[in-house]
Amino acid sequence: MTDTRLKQGLTLDRVAIYAVLLVAAAIYLVPLVVMLLTSFKSPEDVFAGNLLSLPQVFTVQGWQKAWNTVGGYFWNSVKITVPAVLISTFVGALNGYVLSMWRFRGSQLFFGLLLFGCFLPFQTVLLPASFTLGKMGLANTTTGLVLVHVVYGLAFTTLFFRNFYVSVPDALVRAARLDGAGFFTIFGRILLPMSIPTIMVCLIWQFTQIWNDFLFGVVFASGDAQPITVALNNLVNTSTGVKEYNVDMAAAMIAGLPTLLVYVLAGKYFLRGLTAGAVKG
Amino acid sequence: MSSVAVLSKASPLDALQRWLPKLVLAPSMLIVLVGFYGYIIWTFILSFTSSTFMPNYKFVGLQQYVRLLDNDRWWVASKNLAIFGGLFIAISLVIGVFLAVLLDQRIRREGFLRTVYLYPMALSMIVTGTAWKWLLNPGLGLDKMLRDWGWEGFRLDWLVDQDRVIYCVVIAAVWQASGFVMALFLAGLRGVDSSIVRAAQVDGASLPTIYMKIVLPSLRPVFFSAFMILAHIAIKSFDLVMAMTAGGPGYASDLPAVFMYSFTFSRGQMGVGSASAMLMLGAILAILVPYLYSELRGKRHD
Repeated sequence: MTDTRLKQGLTLDRVAIYAVLLVAAAIYLVPLVVMLLTSFKSPEDVFAGNLLSLPQVFTVQGWQKAWNTVGGYFWNSVKITVPAVLISTFVGALNGYVLSMWRFRGSQLFFGLLLFGCFLPFQTVLLPASFTLGKMGLANTTTGLVLVHVVYGLAFTTLFFRNFYVSVPDALVRAARLDGAGFFTIFGRILLPMSIPTIMVCLIWQFTQIWNDFLFGVVFASGDAQPITVALNNLVNTSTGVKEYNVDMAAAMIAGLPTLLVYVLAGKYFLRGLTAGAVKG
Repeated sequence: MSSVAVLSKASPLDALQRWLPKLVLAPSMLIVLVGFYGYIIWTFILSFTSSTFMPNYKFVGLQQYVRLLDNDRWWVASKNLAIFGGLFIAISLVIGVFLAVLLDQRIRREGFLRTVYLYPMALSMIVTGTAWKWLLNPGLGLDKMLRDWGWEGFRLDWLVDQDRVIYCVVIAAVWQASGFVMALFLAGLRGVDSSIVRAAQVDGASLPTIYMKIVLPSLRPVFFSAFMILAHIAIKSFDLVMAMTAGGPGYASDLPAVFMYSFTFSRGQMGVGSASAMLMLGAILAILVPYLYSELRGKRHD
């Protein structure tokens, strides 16, 4: 509905609109700018200046110290996120394929039951899940966290693919079946190649969710296997000694950079995941 | 769509083909039945037992729920959820809609502005909490900055003020989620039929009136979706409080999710913790069921 205002020039209203939008953008950026500025200051500088004052001496010592503290947990997060994202996306694609192209009695009911998982407050499954992980010997391991993330990510990944595959014309699949193509051939040769955008949406959604997770991390893997979010929280909320805010902010940037980078590079898919996952849920 | 085409022949290979879809789906079905519904029932059962540090199955009836409802901390958490949820949803909606409407006015560099408004949504709540904890630091954060800039009497110590600390959490949460509301509404606005707006303009209606009276009311489904998502985020909110205040000072900024975690995993009150989890599930269902009902009814009318 933008064409209605084609004729408007640079009126006072337009200037006001631009001013409001730019001020709003500045406000949204302040926390990021403050984090960056603080992370490059020396501890004395942090106390002497204020949030938006430039560093007197530009130093990376905060980043070094932060990496020494949380770097190992950064790799934990990588070890958790990469397999969990790939497995949950793959299983979600297969589920979505069956639920759209090979429906059987009860498959719709199952889809409904699965969808509730998008809204499930995880507090209701934390205890049984931790008992189960304990029994399997996976308590406090990154493998255990991979498993948990795959299980509780299925609702969204299946939803993404199922919603995409129901929009694919039946005739395409029916023709392939008449030609003798089997279950996996149709999936691998016809549907997967056309699902690239959905795969991207799903990968990015899962990556953001799992990388940013704190609840599962803190409940199932405190200690050596903890992900970066838990390590960051521990660093920031320890009350021993003098607070080093430059280190806190550098650690927060380290924890936030992977998802920020993905957002900047693939924002289109990120947004589509947010709206698809959220609205259709 | 059904598997009619395969039914004609019946060699063993065809039989396998017919079972393949069910076989492929079977693991997920098992996971959902056990890991979702089985575990919910398990937690439900635990909430009727006297479990403390370890689970036991001595049934005590509704005693844990009575203890929960007698607990002042639970009421603080619930009241906080009402304040936090109400303000967070209302402010995010207002800011999100406002920015979306402004961005819909043929703005140059719209893509860049959108990216800026939405980036907080990509961050972990722990990162957001860490950043805002620093910004709101009494003595060093915005507090000091505005005094340095010449506003001598400025004081901002809400983070350590037990009556105001929950508003700090609201601020951080709004910063994180309002851009998302903007994106939802901008997508909705792009779908509005422009001829209706043009007709209203010809009739002499001003743009603000057109938006208030015609465009925004037509986006009611988007309002519902946004409300659902924000309410869902609010009820599940845990990370943000843990990072910003860890529930403090005292337990002044507790939310139900923080209460559940603390009682179940730190204080060895598994029974009470499970009871609180069940009440959280009840809260989610209370907003989800009417929503799904209206969604399904709406579809039938189409």
